Amino acid sequence: MTFRQKHLLGIEPLHPEEIRTVLDLAERYVDLNRAAEKHSDVLRGLTQINMFFENSTRTQASFELAGKRLGADVMNMSMQASSIKKGETLIDTALTLNAMHPDLLVVRHPHSGAVNLLAEKVNCAVLNAGDGKHEHPTQALLDALTIRRAKGRLHRLNIAICGDIAHSRVARSNLMLLGKMENRVRLVGPATLMPSGMEEFGCEVFDDMREGLKDVDVVMMLRLQRERMDGGFIPSEREYYHRWGLDAEKLAYAKPDAIVMHPGPMNRGVEIDGQIADDINRSVIQEQVEMGVAVRMAAMDLLARNLRAAHANPEVMV
Amino acid sequence: MTLFINARLIDPETLTDQIGWLRVAEGVIAETGTSTPPQADEQAREQAGEQAGEQAGDTVDCAGKCLAPGIVDLGVKVSEPGERNKESFATAGRAAAAGGVTTMITRPDTAAAIDTPEGLEFVQRRAQADAIVKVRHLSALTKARAGAEMVEIGFMLDAGAVAFTDCDHVVTNTKIFQRCMTYAKSLGALIIAHPQDPDLSKGACVTSGKFASLRGLPAVSPMAERMGFDRDMALIEMTGARYHADQITTARALPALERAKANGLPVTAGVSIHHLTLNEFDVGDYRTFFKVKPPLRSEEDRMAMVDAVASGLIDVICSMHTPQDEESKRLPFEEAAGGAVGLETLLPAAMRLYHAGGLTLPQLWRAMALNPAKLLGLDSGRLSVGAPADLVLFNPDAPFLLDRFKLKSKSKNTPFDGQRMEGKVLGTWVDGTQVFAA
Repeated sequence: MTFRQKHLLGIEPLHPEEIRTVLDLAERYVDLNRAAEKHSDVLRGLTQINMFFENSTRTQASFELAGKRLGADVMNMSMQASSIKKGETLIDTALTLNAMHPDLLVVRHPHSGAVNLLAEKVNCAVLNAGDGKHEHPTQALLDALTIRRAKGRLHRLNIAICGDIAHSRVARSNLMLLGKMENRVRLVGPATLMPSGMEEFGCEVFDDMREGLKDVDVVMMLRLQRERMDGGFIPSEREYYHRWGLDAEKLAYAKPDAIVMHPGPMNRGVEIDGQIADDINRSVIQEQVEMGVAVRMAAMDLLARNLRAAHANPEVMV
Repeated sequence: MTLFINARLIDPETLTDQIGWLRVAEGVIAETGTSTPPQADEQAREQAGEQAGEQAGDTVDCAGKCLAPGIVDLGVKVSEPGERNKESFATAGRAAAAGGVTTMITRPDTAAAIDTPEGLEFVQRRAQADAIVKVRHLSALTKARAGAEMVEIGFMLDAGAVAFTDCDHVVTNTKIFQRCMTYAKSLGALIIAHPQDPDLSKGACVTSGKFASLRGLPAVSPMAERMGFDRDMALIEMTGARYHADQITTARALPALERAKANGLPVTAGVSIHHLTLNEFDVGDYRTFFKVKPPLRSEEDRMAMVDAVASGLIDVICSMHTPQDEESKRLPFEEAAGGAVGLETLLPAAMRLYHAGGLTLPQLWRAMALNPAKLLGLDSGRLSVGAPADLVLFNPDAPFLLDRFKLKSKSKNTPFDGQRMEGKVLGTWVDGTQVFAA
């Protein structure tokens, strides 16, 4: 088992073997979560603080549940309502929390790189729960686990990531993870929502949805992030739905056994047809949510092991 | 009276680099030569001087090190008035002297913009009192740099402003910009502008491309610079005003600059040392000391800028010295303040270009001393007889490890922190008086 990270700030620094380690351990937590007695003690005595500088219901709940099922003391802090409003800087907030000796810090922040900055200033393990348009590593890991369980493997698959790539940290983390695991990734979406230079990451870029979906094994839809847009990326939602929304007609271009994914929350009728989302033969969206808890348990378990190893032997930095 | 012997004279006017000597008398360069130094004459003069009650002169043996005109740094921010906690005239002056900069041309983008003769008089008085190098001042072009009303260009010229600029604020209203230019033209005033399309670059903190996409940072296309420059060139063609682009940083803007010059428009351009020595990838893991404006560019752009300085298409290299305290930089990249200090690192960073073979020392000094002086009508920046004895003696090969906390600037925000540099200033003279010794 290999996992040599102090923090989980992104997929970028992870080795493929480390990704496999997280997924393998997560499989075991899937079983635990399905058992009648859903409790383990691997994080007992450790304190987990969830610090969300940006609104979140799903991710925060998932991290909270993951921590509680592993026996950690979990605290939630909604940072929008607190000291940020009083003018405290991110660093000061980090130092204040650090003085309370947390062991695991789960952070979401609206600015790219903010979680990296925070991680430099604290002694505990930091998990990135999404920073701006940069990374959302646990989302990519849970997507990977979902794909691996549905397809039986996580390599040599054709995977299309579709929609609002520009504003999506999910797309960046997934692109990196799926690339590291040797899949062929396509990015599909309107040119105004496609960041520049994406071809250089070794993926194919498509403007046309039908062309992009042709013969893929996995269709990964993204939410149209209206709240991050400063105007004028697409002419209207109905035109967006017409050209890039996933419906049965467009999905027919993919392989007959292709699965449909979405990180949620969904805009039904904007990027995805409600019937497709609910089709239990195609959609694995509910499974993604389930995998989310398991993957977060695995990630926190592994980071806690490294943390304890570092405590026991301060000479050796993991 | 000082005699410099065994010096490698870097002359940006003749573009020569040769061993010789240089004699300074009464604050000006009195004589230079490449043959044997006039020791006999010197003694005779000393005797004559002693007879007249003057102090005997000293001889500086340069031991083959480089003697060049002091750097004229166009566009230094001194943070007085308003943010003296970041930089004062005293600290900036000491930093300049340590970096071989003998004339600082200060920017008006202080916390209260320098847009009235009274404001200009204040900074002149502060500079006079505290700075150990020469200081000349730029005036804002429009009141409060707001792009709505022009400053009293006539009064500001009378009060000693050397040029007019709103710094990184673009005058977006072309009617107002055109009037500023027409008025400036009638007074012969120089306008310094920031070529940039402000809508395209709004909110951006890196250059668009693979790196920006990977880091998820708001990015601007390099084309925004050319669009701003093209617009300004149309206005210059209309008005005939003298125009200097503060920083040209992208290869895409160079053909437009070349065309403007070929068409005889009164246009010059500068580039900061950071855009000549660093590229977009240096930002790495969101390192805010590398956040500058305009943002660092691609390696292709950087190389094109070095070539443009070598050919003379780009006229001026400046440090774009912008002090920021720790608090302004210890923030997420998007929120962090832009800018880097550069007075002390300009010369060692420029030595990277020299050692890499991109530019010769005379070419560098043409861009760092002679051209900015000529542009602003100053008589410094050259080694010719009669020019003020503003000099820098340096060893271009001396290696050192840069420690930002050893900088003399009050703010320590240098992107070169911890890097290996080559090129040390050994001594700096202003009007023949030594203001720095290593």
